Amino acid sequence: MKRAAIAIAASAALSTGLPIQAQAQISGDTVKIGMITDLSGVYADIDGNGGAEAVRMAIADMGGAINGKKIQFVVADHQNKPDIAASRAREWFDQQGVDMLIGGTNSGASLAMAKVALEKKKVFIAIGSGTAQLTNEQCSPYTVHYAYDTVALARGTGATMVKQGGKSWYFLTADYAFGQSLEKDTTAVVKANGGTVLGSVKHPLSASDFSSFLLQAQGAKAQVLGLANAGGDFINAMKAANEFGLTKKMKVAGLLVFINDIHTLGLNTTGGLYLTDGWYWDQDDASRAWSKRYFAKMKKQPSMLQAADYSAATNYLNAVKALGSDDPDKVMAQLKKTRVNDMFAKNGEIRPDGRMVHDMYLMQVKTPKESKGAWDYYKVAATIPGAQAYTTKAETKCALWK
Amino acid sequence: MNRKIVYALALAAALLAPFVGYPVFLMKLLCFGLFACAFNLLVGYAGLLSFGHAAFFGAAGYVAGHALAVLGLPFEAGILLGVLAAALLGLVMGALAIRRQGIYFSMITLALAQMVYFAALRAPFTHGEDGLQGVPRGHFLGMLDLGNDLTLYYVVLGLTGAGFALIVRTVHSPFGQVLKAIRENEPRAISLGYETDRYKLLAFVLSAALAGLAGALKTVVLGFETLTDVHWTMSGLVILMTLVGGMGTLAGPILGAFIVVALENKLGDLGNFLAQATHVEWFAALGESVGIVTGLIFVACVMLFRRGIVGELAALRQLRK
Amino acid sequence: MDIFGVPLQALMSQLLLGLVNGAFYAMLSLGLAVIFGLLNVINFSHGALYMVGAFAAFIGVSSLGLNYWLMLVLAPLAVGAFGILVETAMLRRLYRLDHLYGLLLTFGITLLLEGLFRSVWGVSGQTLEVPEALAGATDLGFMILPNYRAWVVAASLAVCLVTWFVIEKTRLGATLRAGTENPKLVEAFGVNVPRMVTLTYGFGVALAGLAGVLAAPIINVTPLMGSNLIIVVFAVVVIGGMGSILGAIVTGLALGVIEGLTRVWYPEASEVVVFVVMVIVLLLRPAGLFGKEK
Repeated sequence: MKRAAIAIAASAALSTGLPIQAQAQISGDTVKIGMITDLSGVYADIDGNGGAEAVRMAIADMGGAINGKKIQFVVADHQNKPDIAASRAREWFDQQGVDMLIGGTNSGASLAMAKVALEKKKVFIAIGSGTAQLTNEQCSPYTVHYAYDTVALARGTGATMVKQGGKSWYFLTADYAFGQSLEKDTTAVVKANGGTVLGSVKHPLSASDFSSFLLQAQGAKAQVLGLANAGGDFINAMKAANEFGLTKKMKVAGLLVFINDIHTLGLNTTGGLYLTDGWYWDQDDASRAWSKRYFAKMKKQPSMLQAADYSAATNYLNAVKALGSDDPDKVMAQLKKTRVNDMFAKNGEIRPDGRMVHDMYLMQVKTPKESKGAWDYYKVAATIPGAQAYTTKAETKCALWK
Repeated sequence: MNRKIVYALALAAALLAPFVGYPVFLMKLLCFGLFACAFNLLVGYAGLLSFGHAAFFGAAGYVAGHALAVLGLPFEAGILLGVLAAALLGLVMGALAIRRQGIYFSMITLALAQMVYFAALRAPFTHGEDGLQGVPRGHFLGMLDLGNDLTLYYVVLGLTGAGFALIVRTVHSPFGQVLKAIRENEPRAISLGYETDRYKLLAFVLSAALAGLAGALKTVVLGFETLTDVHWTMSGLVILMTLVGGMGTLAGPILGAFIVVALENKLGDLGNFLAQATHVEWFAALGESVGIVTGLIFVACVMLFRRGIVGELAALRQLRK
Repeated sequence: MDIFGVPLQALMSQLLLGLVNGAFYAMLSLGLAVIFGLLNVINFSHGALYMVGAFAAFIGVSSLGLNYWLMLVLAPLAVGAFGILVETAMLRRLYRLDHLYGLLLTFGITLLLEGLFRSVWGVSGQTLEVPEALAGATDLGFMILPNYRAWVVAASLAVCLVTWFVIEKTRLGATLRAGTENPKLVEAFGVNVPRMVTLTYGFGVALAGLAGVLAAPIINVTPLMGSNLIIVVFAVVVIGGMGSILGAIVTGLALGVIEGLTRVWYPEASEVVVFVVMVIVLLLRPAGLFGKEK
């Protein structure tokens, strides 16, 4: 009995004693990066394993270590379920000593992970997901939203389509945080430019059959069909729209389109489509050089997200190196005062609300005649400066940036 | 004599576990254990197979989560509201379902649970696919900070323990005896003068309320509630837990729940460990095969270990005597 | 022209699409009803076998270079063979026990099948192209109907009718029905009842496989495509009356149409309307619409 009591007391003492951290030191003697994304579902192509590979490239380019401390990397699949993402994030922070979490696709999962990161006071960089809520209503001192967001997409594609004469809109929306954000932000832009929104129909994430949703859209008789979804959902919706002859009666606006989607659908289906993107593999020499390395490993050209995974990981590791410490508060301060100048963005900055602001591009998909080969799909129609593309200080709903 | 030692060991293990294992994982085990036991009360003792038990588990989770996150109520109030919601749901669903027997009873519970799922999907307060996030843990009795995993563990242990105790008490009470009689031969029970419908409904509500307690606690532990908990696959999972552990035994469902939850969470780690130990790369992919392993266990249990682990062990002990 | 504030065009197009879905429901619930009616087994793996049929078609066309029409025959045969294997090895031993165990076994098989396919192909969809002969669409005025969908309706209805006819009107069907009511007596007449039962199970699941092949070009072929459908199909069978062939066919088609109508006025509810109907039917007519109280 006594021995048991001593044992309990001893283990209690031990467990309250950990963790011990010195001031300017790298915790746990390693820099551990964790990435939770969709590895096998509708978003697997645009981020997924390719994104994980991009992070590995960043770590390798760093030499695999900072000041002698090893950099470790773990990846998990959230299967597009916020509960799996949040549970895994919590377990990684509690048990595995993960210092920085990279959030892949799926806005619902990212919002959940952002909350866990806030609770545990660890750095969270949301890359794959789009919802602008991450830097507005749900902004946090530990969240960085890196590659793009639904506001930028709306201001790019949405504004262009309205100016080209697409005044009345009908949305086909993925029924979760991302789709709802995208629909809301695009509606605001359409109305601000003098257009109208006739309605919307929501479809579940990874819906199997879009026919009934598209028939509803057809019934509304709008000029533009706004597809507020992405990845596999976008591909299937486009295919069904073609099948049911909708593309002849309405203009289709793909509000979030990646190069992988164009590759799957082909230029015959998508030629002439406008889309907003933050990065293109063929945009300049730096991007081409990096893409060549990526292509050698993955046999596909990288999407904006995969390039952003590399860039964000690199910038985080550089911040840790400059400080000599991976203390989350210090790193966040460092990230917010360092400009992002690499193959992903020129003169990008991370604002107090966590938003990484950089130029966005309005792209138009080439027609089969214009394209010189596989992956040569885009021509730049316009450059949208960062300050215009993203939420401004006057509009922000983030309490940290007032 | 034997039994007392086992109970003492189990209690000691439960008290010391959070110093060895990850408290959040252990709390998850406890919640699912209670869920399975609550389900077993209905199927193992009253003989009513419900295909919609996830409705109670998830609905309580959502109500408790909403009460804590949005209404800002204290911990106790949130849990209580969750349990009440589940009990009320159980009353409504039970009243409709017990009008029919056998497979039709089960199908009605499934249909009603699907309606609950639909409500959860569409109701604004649940946030649909994104789930209800950021549920605060608050304080226990206004004093103990539940943000500390260890403190929360003992509180959850206490509450789930109370739930188990209630089930044990119920099974061994006159009420429990009548339930067994109804399961064995309902017409006979009716002819003896028992209003079987009332007993069945009471069992249903009790089972629902305890499943709700499990769901509400789990929401607080993990800090969120999502549609996974009201989906019919969750109802299937609790059937699996009870089957693997042993339907109609007291400890069986707890063991079954532990096995299934551990499988889901730790299969990946086990795979990596085996891969490193044996240098067979294939093991590393084990983590992605949770469905296959679960399916194999299901099939094995149905074909070979119909009485579940605890059931088979009990039968073996009988043989020895 | 507007009906209840909805343009006629929208109504007609959703109804037609609903009919296409109804044809799938009818064929799937037919297989389930055949298995339950004649074997007293609740085949939970029906959805998974539908998925296997679709994947078989996908593999056949994309990897083996066979054409769609050939897969229309081969895939159901493959699925049927698998079903026969399952029945003889495992299901057969559970007949004398409670319904529950057959249900649980087939549920376990569902998990196994879905897990296996998932580990190979992931969760995202595979696509199968519509065969040349059925490609293209017809402009019906109120909507453009892809020809393939019209083919699906025609094929399903044909299969359903033939099956119903065989079971209800022919001697073979009579023997089958007699075999489930009183196996000993039928065996006394020299009929090999266990083999008949096995073949019936095989036929029932082959129907699911056939539905899968028909679905493959229009629905995303994913390992989870069956689980989305299975509880709806269950509901259809229960509403129609658990052993009734005609009940399954009629209810399946009706449900597709009802879902289509629901989509016109309250789209989100189309997922749950079948369950509302089921509760109502079960409370009013305990054995389903066409069922007989056993």
